[in-house]
Amino acid sequence: MLSSMFYKLWANGLIQMGIWETVYMTMIASFFSYLFGLPLGVILTVTDKNGICENRAVNSILGFAVNFFRSIPFIILMVAMLPVAKFVVGTSLGNKAVIVMLIIGASPYVARMVESSIKEVDAGVIEAAQAMGANKLQIICKVLLPEAKPSLIIGAAISIVTILSYSAMAATLGGTGLGQIAIIYGHQRNNSDITWICVFLTVIIVQIIQMAGTAIAQKTDKRIRNK
Amino acid sequence: MIEIRHLGKTFQTSAGDIVALDDINLTIADGEIFGIIGLSGAGKSTLVRCINLLERPTAGDVIINGKSMMSLPEKELLQMRRSIGMIFQNFNLLEQRTVLGNVCFPLEISGVGKKEAKAKALELLKIVGLEERTRAYPSQLSGGQKQRVAIARALATDPQYLLCDEATSALDPNTTRQILDLLKSINRDLGVTIIVITHEMKVIDRICDSVAVIDASHIAEVGKVSEVFTAPKTQIARDLIIPKESNIISTTGGRKLRLTFDGEEKTREPLISRMVLECGAPVNILFADTRIYDNVVHGHMVIELPNELHEAEKIMYWLSSNNVKWKEEI
Repeated sequence: MLSSMFYKLWANGLIQMGIWETVYMTMIASFFSYLFGLPLGVILTVTDKNGICENRAVNSILGFAVNFFRSIPFIILMVAMLPVAKFVVGTSLGNKAVIVMLIIGASPYVARMVESSIKEVDAGVIEAAQAMGANKLQIICKVLLPEAKPSLIIGAAISIVTILSYSAMAATLGGTGLGQIAIIYGHQRNNSDITWICVFLTVIIVQIIQMAGTAIAQKTDKRIRNK
Repeated sequence: MIEIRHLGKTFQTSAGDIVALDDINLTIADGEIFGIIGLSGAGKSTLVRCINLLERPTAGDVIINGKSMMSLPEKELLQMRRSIGMIFQNFNLLEQRTVLGNVCFPLEISGVGKKEAKAKALELLKIVGLEERTRAYPSQLSGGQKQRVAIARALATDPQYLLCDEATSALDPNTTRQILDLLKSINRDLGVTIIVITHEMKVIDRICDSVAVIDASHIAEVGKVSEVFTAPKTQIARDLIIPKESNIISTTGGRKLRLTFDGEEKTREPLISRMVLECGAPVNILFADTRIYDNVVHGHMVIELPNELHEAEKIMYWLSSNNVKWKEEI
């Protein structure tokens, strides 16, 4: 049986609001994480050993920075990045600040996802493009990214799910959404049904993202026979 | 004309320097099909990549139409590469593009308009016999069809040269023949100079005019195919040209003779039959590998003599008096 608290929250539209806020924060943060993470991933790939713009210095510095941010648990990174959020959006409270932290936390993750996808592109295809006189930018835009597209899309689904889980964690620092509802109304007021409803709703959102990602990747991949 | 001058390539690895090529000198004339044959690890793939500078030589230079490749600035090098097409053992097609998209690719990167590129690509796909499959993706094609797409793609920018790196090594014998015939017709009809890298003698035999034998980072031998094949001067050339005959099994245990034909007139008459008839003794042909260049037969044959000493000597005497070169096989 559901508690009276659930009906109250639902009638006031708080749960619906929570779903929307979670989705909204995740999408905005994902967009910016890719805005920074995608070029970062490309640079990590092309500057790596045997890459098309091999550059050990750039690769080591960026690689170190990415590893540095990735090795800090998100909850600690959030606290540490409060001043950065304040500097960027003028406040260290609320969803605006949370989105900044999500971007800082997720961009390095996205960069590694992008890097691993692009590294799957057959070196022979890159060599063929070089033999045709393609310059480096053309190889990136016309060979690496299009050839890695299905893998990039799968990677994006995984990254978005990660960002979603980060966004729920951000409730501890004043972010809203399903995470906050679970903590305030579920945990702190001892309504375990509300916690489980938040869990259930999150699982559904994750499933939708994952299924959509897989479906789009399959549809765009031309490597499958007889399609 | 492609001139390779004192070309060297040394790879620096953690295990020490590896010399892939050392003091390579070759001249490839316009209009010919030039073969480079060698065993795996001889350095032939590195050599072909040094021609368009996919691998940067560590010594020497490649001079194409009088221009030194090594001293070209980046931009001109990319321009130069557009006049040198290249095809590969593994085809290296863009998997996410259609057949048409693949052939349009080199035109796109050299800034040709979409419409013009498409027209050119369709024309080339017709030449390679794939005009029906323009909308297919590489994963839907057979190996031979993939190599045809790769050839059309390599020809899109009207290159003067075409580099083929083991282009038929991943194909079955039938498809290999078709692709080789296509290359030959491209050479003849479009006047494209073709450089073929291979480890297979039959590829050289079928389409090449000249051949260079590469062994242990050096050019062992170079010349017209008919010359190198009929009179190989080096052991490596002999090994590559004359197939290993480990399966020559003597049937009666008689003495074995290797006959060598190198273009004398008598090879055009039924020599063995005449010998058998005139000597009145049978021989057993254990192995024969002969080819015709300029209407003259070249090659080798191993025959087994009768056990009867008198008959065997008669045959050896007959061969010598008919000026057939022979040597006893041990």
